[in-house]
This record gives sequence, C-alpha cells and structure tokens, in this order.
Amino acid sequence: MKFAVLVFPGSNCDIDCYNAVEDTVAQPVDYVWHTATDLSAYDCIIVPGGFSYGDYLRSGAIARFAPVMSEVRKAAEAGKYVLGICNGFQILTEAGLLPGALMRNTNMKFRCHSSLLEVVNNRTPFTNQYEAGEVIDIPIAHGEGNYYCDDTTLRRLQDNDQIVFRYAEGSNPNGSVADIAGIRNEQGNVVGMMPHPERAVSSVLGSADGARMFASILNAWREQHGAAVNS
Amino acid sequence: MAQQLTAKEPTAAQIAEQAIYKQMGVTDKEYELICGFLGRQPNYTEIGVFSVMWSEHCAYKNSKNVLRRFPTDGPRVLMGPGEGAGIVDIGDNQAVVFKIESHNHPSAVEPYQGAATGVGGIIRDIFSMGARPVALLNSLRFGKLESERVRYLFEHVVSGIAGYGNCIGIPTVAGEVMFDESYEGNPLVNAMCVGLIDHDKIQRGVAEGVGNPVFYVGPATGRDGIHGATFASEELTEESEAKRTAVQVGDPFMEKLVMEACLELINSGIVLGIQDMGAAGLTCSSAEMASKAGNGLELYLDQVPQRESGMTPYEMMLSESQERMLFVVKPEHEAQATEIFERWGVICVKVGKVTDDGRLRLFHHGEEVADMPVKALVDECPIYDKPSEEPVYYRDHAAVDTAAYPEVANLTGALEQILASPTVASKEWVYNQYDYMVRTSTAVRPGSDAAVVTIRGTRKALAMTTDCNGRYVYLDPEVGGRIAVAEAARNIVCSGAEPLAITDNLNFGSPEKPGVFWQIEKSVDGMAEACRVLDTPVIGGNVSLYNENARGAIYPTPVVGMVGLVHDTDHITTQAFQAAGDVIVLAGETKAELGGSELQYVVHGVSEGRPPALDLMTEKRLLGGVLSAIQQGLVASAHDLSEGGLAVALAESAMSGGIGATVDVASELRPDIALFSESQSRILLSARPEQADELIAHLQAQGVPCAAIGAVGGGEVNIRVNGNPAIEAPVQHLEKVWKDAIPCLMKK
Repeated sequence: MKFAVLVFPGSNCDIDCYNAVEDTVAQPVDYVWHTATDLSAYDCIIVPGGFSYGDYLRSGAIARFAPVMSEVRKAAEAGKYVLGICNGFQILTEAGLLPGALMRNTNMKFRCHSSLLEVVNNRTPFTNQYEAGEVIDIPIAHGEGNYYCDDTTLRRLQDNDQIVFRYAEGSNPNGSVADIAGIRNEQGNVVGMMPHPERAVSSVLGSADGARMFASILNAWREQHGAAVNS
Repeated sequence: MAQQLTAKEPTAAQIAEQAIYKQMGVTDKEYELICGFLGRQPNYTEIGVFSVMWSEHCAYKNSKNVLRRFPTDGPRVLMGPGEGAGIVDIGDNQAVVFKIESHNHPSAVEPYQGAATGVGGIIRDIFSMGARPVALLNSLRFGKLESERVRYLFEHVVSGIAGYGNCIGIPTVAGEVMFDESYEGNPLVNAMCVGLIDHDKIQRGVAEGVGNPVFYVGPATGRDGIHGATFASEELTEESEAKRTAVQVGDPFMEKLVMEACLELINSGIVLGIQDMGAAGLTCSSAEMASKAGNGLELYLDQVPQRESGMTPYEMMLSESQERMLFVVKPEHEAQATEIFERWGVICVKVGKVTDDGRLRLFHHGEEVADMPVKALVDECPIYDKPSEEPVYYRDHAAVDTAAYPEVANLTGALEQILASPTVASKEWVYNQYDYMVRTSTAVRPGSDAAVVTIRGTRKALAMTTDCNGRYVYLDPEVGGRIAVAEAARNIVCSGAEPLAITDNLNFGSPEKPGVFWQIEKSVDGMAEACRVLDTPVIGGNVSLYNENARGAIYPTPVVGMVGLVHDTDHITTQAFQAAGDVIVLAGETKAELGGSELQYVVHGVSEGRPPALDLMTEKRLLGGVLSAIQQGLVASAHDLSEGGLAVALAESAMSGGIGATVDVASELRPDIALFSESQSRILLSARPEQADELIAHLQAQGVPCAAIGAVGGGEVNIRVNGNPAIEAPVQHLEKVWKDAIPCLMKK
C-alpha cells in the first residue's frame, strides 16, 4: 500500500506524518507537492497539519485552490482513503469534501495539550483497530478547531454515524458542536480530525494511541484488496 | 560621489555643523574617527551605516572587554562566538547549534510583533548556519501582574511567540517567566533556538571569491525597523512610544518558505557564504560577510526588492524588514540557486558582487552613494572600558540578617502563597499556547526541569533549559552569575543529560552608570568561573544594555541558555514522582539561606541580604553523582531545588506525578527556614525501594551528602520537620492553587 503526504507552502506536520507512516506500518510513503496533478499511484492521501499559505484569509481557504486538490477530490470519489489532520481537516471542509467548518477556539487562544478522545465509530478504515467507546490519548494543537455545523447537518452526521471521534466528556477544548473532534464523509473513506494521531505513535512522546489509526488504514486496505496483497 | 539624493536628507556639511550624528547615537569623538577613516565627512547614508555598525547591539562596544572573560573553547566546541550561532559536537558526525537573543525594547512598545520578530530572528541565526531548527525556548521577565499594562505586555508577548513559532512549525519546548517590579515598563523577551546539523554541512557568513554574485533572499524591503539596532542601544523613555516604527513586523509563513528554501540550497552544496539580515539589516550582513572573507562588496541598491516607492539608500541599508537573507555562490551556480527559490515562491535577486578592495560601496540610480572601508565598519568601533563602582546598596545588604524574620507559623499557608505567586505558579497558561509537540520529538514537555528533544534515528536526545534569578544577581552579581550557570546545569542533569555548553543573554541597565557596569563585570566573572568549573563553555550570546525605565535599571539578568546531551533515551528523567512506595532522597545540604528567596519576597515582602552561597566544587560533585546515578538506572525522578526550596520542590514533584508524599526532615534549622531556604546544590530524588540504598551509597561514595527523607504515596503532601507536623495538604488542592494563579490574575 502506498501513502502520499501532501505538502503545501506552510505545511509543518508533513514530516511528522511521513515518519509516523514509516514507524507504524512501514509502508512506502512520498511527499507530494501542492502542484502535483496525478495522485493515481497512492492508496491513502494524508493532508497534514500546519499553516498552509500562512492561514491567511482563513485556515484552508487558499489551499483548497491548489492544483493537487482536484486530484484529492478525484481520489476521494474513487474511494481511496483521505485523512485530513488539523489544518488538513480545515482544508477538507473548505474544499467541501467534509461538511461543516472550523472556527476560532472559544477561548480565542491557540491550545496545545494532551486530549482524551472517545472513539465513536470504529467501523471506518481509520479506526478499525480501536474498540467502540474506547477513550484514547491524542494531542491537540490548534487555534481554530471549534467545529461548527447547522442542526440539519448535525442530525445527518449523527444519523449516518459520521461522527468518528468526540472529545471525552467534560474536556471539549474549543467549543466544538456536540464535542466533535473528527468526522467522516458519507461514504466513509474521507476522515478529518483536529487532534494529531501522528504525534501519538510512541510512548517516548507520551502516547502511542495514534499508531492504531495507521494500522487501521493498512488493515482496511488489505481487507479491501485481499489479505495476500502486500506491497 | 553623489552627496545629495533627496531634498530631505541633510548634506555632509549639515551633518557636521548641526551634529546630526548625535541623534543616531554617534558621539563627537566617534564622528571624528569616522571622518578619519573616510578621509572626508560622511554623507547621510554613510553616517547611518556607521551608526548602526557602531551601536552596542552590533559592536558590543561597552561589553566586549568584559565578554573576553568567558571561556569559549572546549574539546566539543566546533564554533564559538562570532558567527550566527555556536556549534557543539554531539558525536556521529552530528552537532547541535544554539543561540539566545533578546528583543526587549521592541517588545516594550509593541509586544506582539516585538516578541514574534525576536523568535523569527533567532531562527534565522540557526538555519543560516545550515542547521535544521528543532526547538525554541524563551526567557521572559515582566512587572507585577496586578498592573493592567503588565498584563497587556504579558498577554501579547506570549501570543507573539506562539504566533511565530506555531506557524513556522518549530516546537517551543521550554522557558521561564518571572515577575518583579523591577521589570515594570522594561520587560525582557529573550528567545533561544536550537538546531541540528551534520558536521560537513556547517556554513559561515563569508563573502568568498572576488567577482562572485551576492544574492538577496526574502520579502521586499520596507521602511520598518529603521534604526532598530540603535533603538535597542538606548534607554526607554516616554519618546520610545514614538519610535514604534523602529519595531519590525514578522511573517512566519514567509520565514518558513525562506527557511526551507535556504536549507535546500545549503544541502545542494553550492553555497559559499550565507548570513541572515538581522539587526541593522542589509548593512550588517553585507559588511560582516565581506569582513570575514577579507574582501569588499558592491551593492546595487536599485536591484533590492522594495515594498515602498521612493526608498533612499539610507532607508534600504537601515531597514530591518524581516525574513531576509544574503548569500554568495559561484557564477556557474546562479541558475541552480534561483531555481530553488522560485519553486518555494521566494524572491531571490542578485544585488551585488564580491570585490577585492576591502570597501563597502553602494550604488543607486547609476551613482556611487557610499564608499566605506569594511574593516572600519566591522572592527574599528572604539571599545570602551566604562567606569565601574561597587554600588552602595551592595554594601548595605551585607548587614541584613535573613534568618531574623519572625518565624512563619502557618507553613501550609506559606506554601500555598508561594505556589500562587506568579513566578512559581504553573505556566500552563503560557505553554499551552505554544505548539510544543510539532516535529514529534518532544520527549519531555514544558513544565519539568529541562525539556528533552529526541534525535531521530539515534538513541540520543538533547536537553535544554534557560535560567536566571535576577534577584540573586542583584543581591550579589558574582554569586548570582555562578548560580545562573549552576542551576541551568542542575536542570540539565535532572533530565538525564550531560551539560554541554551555554549561550547567554546579558540583560542589564545602562552601562554609563558605574554601579550597573560593576554588576555586568561581577556577574560575568561569576558565570565565567562556573562555566570553567562545570565544563560548559560559552559558545555565543547576546548583550542587551540600557534596560531602564523612569524608576531605574532592571535587576541584572544574565540569562543562561544551556543544552545537554542525553546519551540514551532510557536516561530521560522528569521531576514527577513515579510510584507509591518510592523512597524520596534529598541530595545536598540545607543551610539558613533566605536572601532573595521566594519566602522572603512573598511572605515577608522584601528582597534583601545576600543570596544563597554556591561552592562550585560541591556543585560539580552533586552533578556528577546524580548524573551517573541516573545513567545507572538508580533514579525514578529528579528535581532541582530552586525558588521556594524543599517545600515547593516536593509539591511540584507530587503535582507532576499526580501522587502524594510523606516526608520527615531532620534539621537543626527553624522549620520555616528548613523548608523554604534556597540553599544551592540540592536535588530532590526518588528511587524504587529496592534501589534506594544503592542510590544513597552511590551518592555518598562521590562525596554528595544525602539522606532518605520519606516516601511517595497517598493523595497528600505531608511534611514533618523533626517529627513535628509542618505542612499537610491534598495534592489536588495544591495543584488547583498552583494552576489557577496566573489564569486568575489574567482575568482581572
């Protein structure tokens, strides 16, 4: 299975995502420049965190126009796995690949710390190695992680099991609607989340709970392509 | 020679007659020297260039002779002071690059941009050496948070640091913040950056090879920050507010692109010399690069990208617009270099060439507008030995008996008061605004003795810290200077690392005052001695003088930034108590030393007397004993005793570990002194029960006095002195007091 980590001007978690893929599932991974026009070689596309285009105008608002984004859309439509983390989540909502929007944290400050997440939906390609309802330790680091959507959208997210992660009870750090920390699209192959699983892949860093997300992706891909396939 | 460019600029004759140079901080005598070097009167551009090159900020003219007292060499030092940053060998062809720098004056008038550009500047110093920046630290001082202005400065300095570091994607992993009246109106904002490099990639800022092109990289030059270096070299006054234009504006997104492009350029192996445009912008970078190669430089100012129209040579040369670099390559590598910057979307233009005449010559609109000898600009600034005199206050404090305060009866109350004092209180409010985890190498996060950053692909890690207790330094600069270095080393050792070297930021008042100059000399003597004994040479640093306000000089604050090497990630240790039943061991001796202590300041409302004594050989034995114990796996937690003494250290180790402790301290001292004395060379350790005896034997064999004083466990911090109850409080309660203090004050 082959991973792509996108690089926009201002991405700064690209190296971390690349290393996390190498360290957890040891699959081939490439950095893919924002100007790329072909993603057909990749099975999973990671849109990393950072400050793409300086977060100028609005987080993710400029990145959505990058040439690579139409390829990401195509990949998503083709059922490939797309994972947006932090700024990557913001980009996916701006690009319309996921519903809702990310606003300033309610305390108006950047927040960086450990955070406890409840795995709401473990039947996704990104979470199949977690137990449903399991609480995992995945850090956050963002100024604009306050997830917002209107009531109709929220109901649809709930009805379709599209809420993948919630901040554990009483620990919502940013004011997100329904404590939402991560969601998936209706098809289930696109996930966006504010917390950083790539920062929780080793006990030396304080938590290894994020490693199972990468293991989930590989597991899902192998199931989809037959267990014998291994590249 | 075009003498007159715009109608607004005074002529060379007017500059002389009206002594206009004085407004730029140039004295009559210095002006005469400049005329001598030029063989004529300088024009406006030339006097401007000389004035910034000869400012304290660039030339260290008041501090150079004192700085020579520092030891700067050692078997591991690959590069000492003089380049953008110092470099220390850490084995396996790897090296660590680090430096600290101040942005005090800009932050006093425009806290967000002042602090942000301080961070941006120090990052450029690191990557211009060819190193990948891996961590940021900062050392901050403010007045008391009861003041609205102080809260404003604190809030915006912290957001400025966060805004820059978070965006560029370098983790801010450690730092310190202290609050005292002495910094009111003149906060200290010192930023440090640490980078990693392979030996063969080390760069220098030299303009090599006559005829080679000189390239300008980064955003266009504007009128911001003109005379920033001069501004930083004078006292803050009411008029400082009007000099807000001397503060630059930062763009971390641009710096991220410039950094990635420059590192790619450097990795391509074609760079002959590269330097950032920091203080004094284009002037300083071009003159220094030419000087280091023994060459000259021609600059064609029409080629300099300009953000505003009608900019004069004077403005272009003195602008401190941010995120700019200068580099030199061979002509045949021009296309390769510009292609890299094009791909990153960064401006890169040829603005000059290296010459052999040893002169810095500027051309504008087809005419030569300045012609100055490089050597005069860089090396010939007069160096002053300012008069130095022991101040009266120092003698007066000798008479204070710091053991004579009425005994504190409610020791639990005193501990709570100290935990709630902003200097000791949890800094979570600060560091939660910093991304301290990006780059996924932060093994020990902010809040322990030193932060630890792992080195990918190895079992090594770097420990880093900043330290300085300005109260101690004020009360006795020599001892305070020694303590600053020793405490930094103690923090490094407590995290499981071997101290390597330091960078220092000397923050002082006006050197024109003999009492202040005495503080500078004495504290440098103390630091230098400590550096020699502890084998931690000074590999670079920064001097920030004229930190004064209407009420006088700040506390002398020579901040020490230290980096240590963790030889194996298994050695990484934190201050947090680990498990119930672990034995608590106090290493070091406690004496009746309350001078400059937190108890004295918070409970008795004074800072007086002499600070705690520090014997460097005792310190060296302690550091050696504890580090070897950690490396042998005998230590579960280690915490340096500093502000607030034993009681605060116990509370902090308990709060960090989320577990209580019961101890009984045997002491001949009064309980309040035994628990809150700030005697130096002490470390609070804990060990697994089956290893405690071995730990104690190990320390004693190395001449370190130590004793088991209790055990980890329960939900309370329970401290007795000679069997008598002294402090009893639930850990959760103490943690609430400690964590709520700063957020609570900020909500006022």
